[in-house]
Amino acid sequence: MVYSYYPGCTLKNTAKELDECGRISAEALGFTLEEITDWQCCGGQYTSGKDEIVTKLSSVRALDDAKKSEQDLVTLCSACYNVIKQTNNAMIEDSDMQMKVNNYLKLDEPYKGETSVYHFLEVLRDKVGFDKVKEAVKAPLKGKKVGAYYGCLLLRPGKVLQFDDPENPKIMEDFIKALGGTPVIYNMRNECCGGYTILEDTDAAGRNTSKILLNAEDMGADFLITACPLCQYNLMQNSLSEKTPIYYFTELLAHALGLREKECFK
Amino acid sequence: MDKNKLLSEQVQRNSGVDVSKCMRCGKCTATCPNYDLMEYHPHQFVNMVENDKLDVLMKSSSLYLCLNCFACVERCPRGVEPGKLVEAIRLEAVRQKENNHLKPDQIVEKLTEGMPQQAITTAFRKYTK
Ligand code: SF4
Ligand code: SF4
Repeated sequence: MVYSYYPGCTLKNTAKELDECGRISAEALGFTLEEITDWQCCGGQYTSGKDEIVTKLSSVRALDDAKKSEQDLVTLCSACYNVIKQTNNAMIEDSDMQMKVNNYLKLDEPYKGETSVYHFLEVLRDKVGFDKVKEAVKAPLKGKKVGAYYGCLLLRPGKVLQFDDPENPKIMEDFIKALGGTPVIYNMRNECCGGYTILEDTDAAGRNTSKILLNAEDMGADFLITACPLCQYNLMQNSLSEKTPIYYFTELLAHALGLREKECFK
Repeated sequence: MDKNKLLSEQVQRNSGVDVSKCMRCGKCTATCPNYDLMEYHPHQFVNMVENDKLDVLMKSSSLYLCLNCFACVERCPRGVEPGKLVEAIRLEAVRQKENNHLKPDQIVEKLTEGMPQQAITTAFRKYTK
């Protein structure tokens, strides 16, 4: 299976491991991430204003590219997933938005939300199957207690994203189990890390991340995994707690599949 | 018509939020990770839009403390979606001439090692026009 892959700006820069480990793991699991040509930054967050047209265009261009390739669109970054999926939903539900965007873009054929958008984790769950992932594991994470950090962008708004139960998700826990690890449930796993407000107020972001990390530590996590570069950065940088590192979920996957060994996962 | 009234209608139209659905339970504020840093809390945003206090809200620092985390949007028992209302008001604020909350020359001093590009693009998207 070949998917149209939207990497996003951060995966080409500070989050290269998230990208590289995702691509090699995909190949090992029998699917290919084919990068969309000339993709543009999604903007990092969706603008919910109904009169916001320009901020939707880069996502629609990527969606239309996938449509022309007759492929589903896949992302690894939670933020890109959130922006592109919400944009696609607006193109389906909001006829005024659809008309204005198409009026501007002048595509060969108007884009009306035809492309399906998936996060890489959904591909593992719904297309490959976690049982198949489990069979492909070469270096199981024996004895490792792993906390899934979902944050906001994979889950909310739940009725649009339909990724998992936004208040009690389990996809990342099932992923951890498939890799042979023990998932640790902690109640802050779907609360915000502080996001982009680190540019406004570093202390505020630090306050959020400390609560999250202390909660995960209390529940016994050895380390956390995330799909979001900004969550990873905020949790690593702004926290008072240094005991619980946070890695990209694809680093864990590539290690377990025997593709890229990492000491800390042994 | 009064400017505040017009703006109140505009932000409700643009956000799709119907403030009259709010039953004042305060759950949005209780779940907001930044509520205690905010001068006006999410439930107050809803109430103040209903009472046409847009001039006050548009000057408030609370606009730039909303994380866009959508916790309040997900958890409001009446489906009011206060976070979308905050966003629509912030849009009206930063769309005013020379009212960008973040300027490109401020970025250099804010950059730290390893800061993801996503942080910068998102801050620009939310704080500027
Ligand atoms: S949670 Fe909803 S109903 Fe309750 S105060 Fe907030 S906006 Fe109003
Ligand atoms: S979206 Fe904004 S107002 Fe709503 S809970 Fe998050 S930070 Fe608070």
